[in-house]
Amino acid sequence: MNYYTDNPVLRHYLNHPLFRRIVEMRERNFAEAEKYDYAPVDFEEAVAGYEQVLTLVGELCAEVVAPNAATVDTTGPTLKEGRVEYAPASEENMQMFRKAGLMGISIPRQYGGLNFPTTIFTMLEDLVARADAGFGNLWGLQECAETINSFGTEEQRERYLPRIASGETMSMDLTEPDAGSDLQSVRLKATYNEAEGRWYLNGVKRFITNGDADIHLVLARSEEGSSDGRGLSLFIYDKRNGGVHTRRIEDKMGIHGSPTCELVYNNAPAELCGSRKMGLIKYVMALMNSARIGIATQSVGLSEAAYSEAVGYADNRKQFGREIKNFAPVYEMLGEMKARLDASRSLLYATARNVDMTSCFEILARERSLTPEERQEAKAFSRVADALTPIVKGMGSEICNRNAYDSIQVHGGSGYMKDYTCERLYRDARITSIYEGTTQLQVVAAIRYATNGFYSTLLDEYLAEEVSPAMAPVRERIVKMAEIYRTAVARAQSFGCQETNDFLSRRIYEMASYCIMSALLMLDASANEELFASSARRFTAMSEAIVAAHATFIENYTPEVLNDYRSC
Amino acid sequence: MKLNIIVLAKQVPDTRNVGQQAMNPDGTVNRSALPAIFNPEDLNALEQALLIKDDNPGSEITLLTMGPTRAADILREGLYRGADAGVLLTDRAFAGADTLATSYALSTAIRKIGKYDVILCGRQAIDGDTAQVGPQVAQQLGLPQVTYTRRILDLQENKMTVERSIENGVEVVEAPLPLLLTVDGAAAPCRPRNAYRVLRFSRAATPTEQAAEGFRYAGKVAADPQLTLQEWSLAYVEGDASRCGLSGSPTKVKKVDNVIFQAKESKRFTDSDEDIKALVGELLANHTIG
Repeated sequence: MNYYTDNPVLRHYLNHPLFRRIVEMRERNFAEAEKYDYAPVDFEEAVAGYEQVLTLVGELCAEVVAPNAATVDTTGPTLKEGRVEYAPASEENMQMFRKAGLMGISIPRQYGGLNFPTTIFTMLEDLVARADAGFGNLWGLQECAETINSFGTEEQRERYLPRIASGETMSMDLTEPDAGSDLQSVRLKATYNEAEGRWYLNGVKRFITNGDADIHLVLARSEEGSSDGRGLSLFIYDKRNGGVHTRRIEDKMGIHGSPTCELVYNNAPAELCGSRKMGLIKYVMALMNSARIGIATQSVGLSEAAYSEAVGYADNRKQFGREIKNFAPVYEMLGEMKARLDASRSLLYATARNVDMTSCFEILARERSLTPEERQEAKAFSRVADALTPIVKGMGSEICNRNAYDSIQVHGGSGYMKDYTCERLYRDARITSIYEGTTQLQVVAAIRYATNGFYSTLLDEYLAEEVSPAMAPVRERIVKMAEIYRTAVARAQSFGCQETNDFLSRRIYEMASYCIMSALLMLDASANEELFASSARRFTAMSEAIVAAHATFIENYTPEVLNDYRSC
Repeated sequence: MKLNIIVLAKQVPDTRNVGQQAMNPDGTVNRSALPAIFNPEDLNALEQALLIKDDNPGSEITLLTMGPTRAADILREGLYRGADAGVLLTDRAFAGADTLATSYALSTAIRKIGKYDVILCGRQAIDGDTAQVGPQVAQQLGLPQVTYTRRILDLQENKMTVERSIENGVEVVEAPLPLLLTVDGAAAPCRPRNAYRVLRFSRAATPTEQAAEGFRYAGKVAADPQLTLQEWSLAYVEGDASRCGLSGSPTKVKKVDNVIFQAKESKRFTDSDEDIKALVGELLANHTIG
């Protein structure tokens, strides 16, 4: 089995017209081919290389990680004298990925990485999450390297990035007992020792994924007496220096392969990453955006797993003398699962392309100053990336929960038993709509793009693209859906009441999301009807019904409704 | 210390997923109907070579295979996993070889390579299942051999201590270098392909492949000698044509039958001494044992 070569869907995203530009920019017209024996000489070779690495990971996922997942789930990590030991099967996965050279996917070559674009990293993580979402965290946290690459000094890049590329693990230590969604309340104290010229960290972090990692990014209060986000700085803590121990590993519902730790910092030496006071307002915002796309990817991988488990079962299980996939109530569920899966994936890779273009311009800007046109273009890509990220994280995770739920439903009583993979998927999926910002926080992050009309403009752009004849009627339906969405936004705003805006924001967000996902899936279907046309039609039909329901609610809404909610 | 290691590998049809067309009517294997893969136990052998290299940096692993042009695929596969060089022994004169002719041909190539401290190969290939080629190569070269290797316990300048599988257990043996080891499936599985090596060595090609239309990496190949896979003919290895291919193969396949074992009758013995004695007597009498 191979999760990449057995599934034609992923390969499709390598063919997007924008992808060639991403690769050419990222590879700076293949200038590194002279210097590094593993650098590609042209676009064709770059893509062939991505495919080979995708094939390698697809094989490791299907042959090693997925077969290990059930054992990892029942074993989990252990805590020994303040240190975390992964479950033996997690350790085996990790060793395999290290030996395969898969720990520095997007780190630049000069620091020992593969220099792959975000789109490819995302595809790899999609495969890994399908096999084992918890292992996806351990492996995926390598993306924290990007923070050091973007905001660290050259000396820090040279010191840390090669270690990460060769397999040292990472964590981002942000949350504390009293600072979860509200990171401005972080209290972990950073004190500067003038004599030594060094920072020391003291305090507690809670719910830290892979908290006993080799290299940590830590958000801490560096400005004594401050109480908001402007008093926070970002630090790098190197486990080799000591000073941090794990006090507890949380006993979680799912993703058992991924240790969630409570950390105690006791005079732990650390170094500043970037500028003081920019920790939360700049670096963690960037870090969180990338982490949110990571969770969106994990969600899509889990959705895929949930769908393929359900299809596999429905193909074989016979009741009333026929395989159950032949019964309308079952194929309705399967058809909707697949449509949701494809739609969330279309959105995921659209987001990844915009993130890629943004970072391509950032890399270019380090070499030379950008022309005004380039600056404008860079800004446009970055804005789309920022606007799509809360949608792909929020909707991707909600969709994966729904697919995990339906996967069990397709399995019937068997799905409720631990013998079937879908039971674990259901537990693993549950965290995706919570960590790295709950869905409710994604709505908060997204809603400004609804009220300022950005989503509406973006939809217009997508709907202005040329589509295949088969997709033309789908586009007409999405055009109508977009109108209903705009009417609803206008009505919500017409009350001129912040509480109303907040209250209706989840519905507005979902309406925008369904319109945008329908449009993106339609565009993918237009390029590849065989793979996506039926999904695009199904998803558009499902979206129309949901958008209409929300429209009805908003149409009937008056601010008095709030009292009925508040009083409960 | 730096050792020269040769790993013998064979490209085989993937008999783990055999379909209807796996066999030709004449009893030979229909290779076109099955995907070609790196013989599984040869991967176990490669891993043993890589483990030796891990402990002895600077050692060189040369992968040697005999086969048609496309067998170069497994040389690349070996490079992806850590081998240093690949040799494809290919010539029409080698076609149709049985195990005797194969081991002769391989031994001529090994002599051509010249320097070797350890030769490793899989216990057997999944297409022929003979387990003869390894031991025959050792014989052709006059080398000591250890079969059914599970792991290498110790390696010194002149000798090696090896754990090998035997019925109902393992045996530890010591043997002088140079020697040949056949490695079985119970040994450590081969490490995965390495992404960096895949990206670099996917351009590795034999001279024939490099000359083919559409080969795109002439510049890379010119700059990096490791990207040229050796391609050796019978003349190059100075072999005797009469000992190669069909003419060098005494084995003749008459026909292939499916053998289905059926238990027609059964007898029950207790674990008493008398019963066991009776059973042994019976087995001796019908020549099952002895």
